[in-house]
Amino acid sequence: MTTKTHTRFGTPELLFGLSVAVLVIVVAVPMLLIFFNAFWVDGHFNVADVIRVLRHPETYKALWNSLVLSVGVTITGTIVGTFFAWLVTRTDLPFKRTMKLLFLVPFMLPAFIGALAWKMLLSPRAGYINRFFIDVLGFDGPIFNIYSYAGIILVETMYLFPFVFIQVSGALERMDPTLEESARISGADLITITRKITIPLVLPSILSGALLIMLYSMAHFGTVAVLGIESGIYNIPTLIYEKIHQSAGSFDSIRTATVLATVLVITAALILWLQNRVLAKGRYQIIAGKSFRPSELKLRGLRIPLLVVCILYIAFTIVLPTATIFMVGGLKTYGLPFVSENLTWSNYYHILFEWDLTRGAIWNSISLGLSAALITMFAGVIISYVIVKMRVRGKGILEFLGMLPFSVPGSVIALGVILAWSGKFGINLYNTVWIILIAYIARYMAFSLKANSAALEQVHDSLVEAARASGATMAQALRDIVVPLVRPGMVAAFFLIFLPALRELTVSVLLYGPTTRTIGVAIYTLNEDGETVYSAALAGIALIIIVLGEVLIKRLVTSKTSAA
Amino acid sequence: MATIELKQVSKHFGSVVAVDKLDLQIAEGECVAMLGPSGCGKTTTLRMVAGFEDLDDGEIRVGDRLLSSKREKYYLPPEQRNFGMVFQAFAVWPHLSVFENVAFPLRVRKLPKDEIVARTEEALKNTNLLSAAAGSPDDLSGGGKQRVALARALAIRPDVMLLDEPLSSLDPHFREEMRFEIKDLQRRFGFSILYVTHDQSEAMALSDRILVMKTGVVQQIGTPLEVYGRPANRFVFEFIGLSCFLHAELSAGGMHIDGQSYPWPNAVAPAPEIIAAGAGLLAARPTEIDFIAEGGVRGVVARKAYLGETIDYRVMVGTSEIRVQKTRRVPGPAVGEAVGLSFPMPHWYSARAA
Repeated sequence: MTTKTHTRFGTPELLFGLSVAVLVIVVAVPMLLIFFNAFWVDGHFNVADVIRVLRHPETYKALWNSLVLSVGVTITGTIVGTFFAWLVTRTDLPFKRTMKLLFLVPFMLPAFIGALAWKMLLSPRAGYINRFFIDVLGFDGPIFNIYSYAGIILVETMYLFPFVFIQVSGALERMDPTLEESARISGADLITITRKITIPLVLPSILSGALLIMLYSMAHFGTVAVLGIESGIYNIPTLIYEKIHQSAGSFDSIRTATVLATVLVITAALILWLQNRVLAKGRYQIIAGKSFRPSELKLRGLRIPLLVVCILYIAFTIVLPTATIFMVGGLKTYGLPFVSENLTWSNYYHILFEWDLTRGAIWNSISLGLSAALITMFAGVIISYVIVKMRVRGKGILEFLGMLPFSVPGSVIALGVILAWSGKFGINLYNTVWIILIAYIARYMAFSLKANSAALEQVHDSLVEAARASGATMAQALRDIVVPLVRPGMVAAFFLIFLPALRELTVSVLLYGPTTRTIGVAIYTLNEDGETVYSAALAGIALIIIVLGEVLIKRLVTSKTSAA
Repeated sequence: MATIELKQVSKHFGSVVAVDKLDLQIAEGECVAMLGPSGCGKTTTLRMVAGFEDLDDGEIRVGDRLLSSKREKYYLPPEQRNFGMVFQAFAVWPHLSVFENVAFPLRVRKLPKDEIVARTEEALKNTNLLSAAAGSPDDLSGGGKQRVALARALAIRPDVMLLDEPLSSLDPHFREEMRFEIKDLQRRFGFSILYVTHDQSEAMALSDRILVMKTGVVQQIGTPLEVYGRPANRFVFEFIGLSCFLHAELSAGGMHIDGQSYPWPNAVAPAPEIIAAGAGLLAARPTEIDFIAEGGVRGVVARKAYLGETIDYRVMVGTSEIRVQKTRRVPGPAVGEAVGLSFPMPHWYSARAA
């Protein structure tokens, strides 16, 4: 209807054109430049040279490390996530609900800050735990070296296992209990039911969570950068960083970086494709309406021991690292014991009020996060509107371009933005905040599209038609009906972008200049420069901002949605 | 084959009494339906028989086999009770083929391979599923899935079949078909059925006896005819079929409605204690009220609606509205016309809250 009366001037086409333009500039050009740089050598298409680069021991090693680390994290994370998910949904563990919330906390904490804490605790020479064992208990050497494959895998597992935990506990909770009851009445005992019915039915959720862990671990920069440098362990993202930063933009290192980025993109696409297949093929209709609660396994004698396991796990992965960050942040000098005469507030004071580097970083992160979130939120609404509500040909392209960055690791986006915006087209944004802003917009557009499309899909066409039938113009209908209904989606999109942007490291670390450090970059570089105490103090402040932000969203989103 | 026996069975959830001292005996090959509004305890009772809930009091046995007993602190887990059970949401396993769904209880019992195949095929044949055996149950309609569930329950050749609203997730036209199919299977295999439903026509059509429950307490157990024709109390009368009520002042000689005195309808007097209370409810089914020209309880036709075969009248008697249903083939009164109502099959209930 609208297309007949109001499109004489081509409003949908105009909107469509604008959306395409934004996505092409922000997403398509950088991506294409990466492939172009990777495969186009000396004026012609050259695959042999790509293979030459891949065979280089350094690249080869990075690929191998990425694979080993991500497979390791996927296995441990899946086991831990599935076990805890089962424990909080299917047993009579005490305080299940609280435990369930606590297991989601690691999602809030940036993994690289966790890595920093574990470095302080378990680095072979200076780590507090290792020192305690050597100095106090008289051990000959460190009990655990965090600068190792095992160390990196353990730390990443702590922060990535919620991917599996969320998927599996959700599936176990929503699963129709009569699926298991019918097996029981058929004569199967609990072990047979778990083996033959429950696990096969939640297997798609386990696999899909596992693939998400793999995707994130593969593209993860922070933990490997913090814990791997010392013993020479690097993965694809850290090698890209190395190539871009250390070699001052030489052609050869940029090419290596683009080849690595290509491998990363292809792997990520493959993982996401697999995940889609698992979900599409294996998503059984196991959800039912009415029913009784699923039968809980009585843990009996194991009830308290398993509760202790959960509490210890949470203490070890959340409380201990967080406390370490704050304590080290308050030390006069790194390495001193934690006694009151060594502790001071002056580090925090210095960072917040005196030191331009850290104050600038906090300001940069907040302003970048706010601008990226606002721009992406509004652009996301318009693009989602075109995708969901308008009948324009070729809107599939929009969807593809908008969702593409979802599967593209941050380091690849950053690399593409460098290729596109450091003078190639006459505009050189390198070393300015603008290049970081563009990268953030590209990276977070998919979040905004997801939240806004979901909200728009709830707004049935008949609501707009009813407004038009009541005499409203299209513009009035949009303003009075659509926008108020979509607002919760927009608010959600804003925070989904603002909070991750605040703690962003992977993208900014490739793009920062002398005056454009973000909080993540500042924490990372301070740690690299040996300013461990300041690094920890800033990390502590970042944690406070993140937790406050998360609490704020929960408040806002719940009150908004209940109002709507 | 065996009888099911529930003795003084009780169940509490916290301070809520879900089932209160329930007694029931189901004979070999008998079908008993438990009927009642949601939350009346019928599903809880079924789940206690199945073994998914323990009892808080009483005992349940099948034949000479004890299943649950509070007194003897005995509880047989569901997997050892050897019952067939069909659930409302089908509960067929989407990751197994139709054949494997039906074979599952036999595999769990570790029967010999060729016997598993033979018995599974037999169960599939009895439910007309043989052609769908290799496929996924997700490709079947709701009726097809429920047939898989039935076949799975049949495969172990149970003495007792527990059905938990097995038809309410089906489309109406499948419902009737499945109803006959269940009845037919029962005739052929002779198992007893305990059936939970909130649909009274289903209960009427399927069962030998109906048990009506309300807030955990049995209201009446009887054949469909008894429950419909001789309801034990006002709740049963109202719950099953259509009903309407007329408030009447009572004295030894007859009833007084809207200032008029009448003799007992069809000479049926209320019980002495209702007469002693001075007031009661005259109750009747809308189809069991007649229009008569002379005499009868006087009223005025307020509304008239055609429902196809029947015509639905609303007659005002004083300030109360009485619903009357008559076939369209007999010409009835017009709206606004004064009519007399006779009650050939009256019921009397206490005027106090039911």
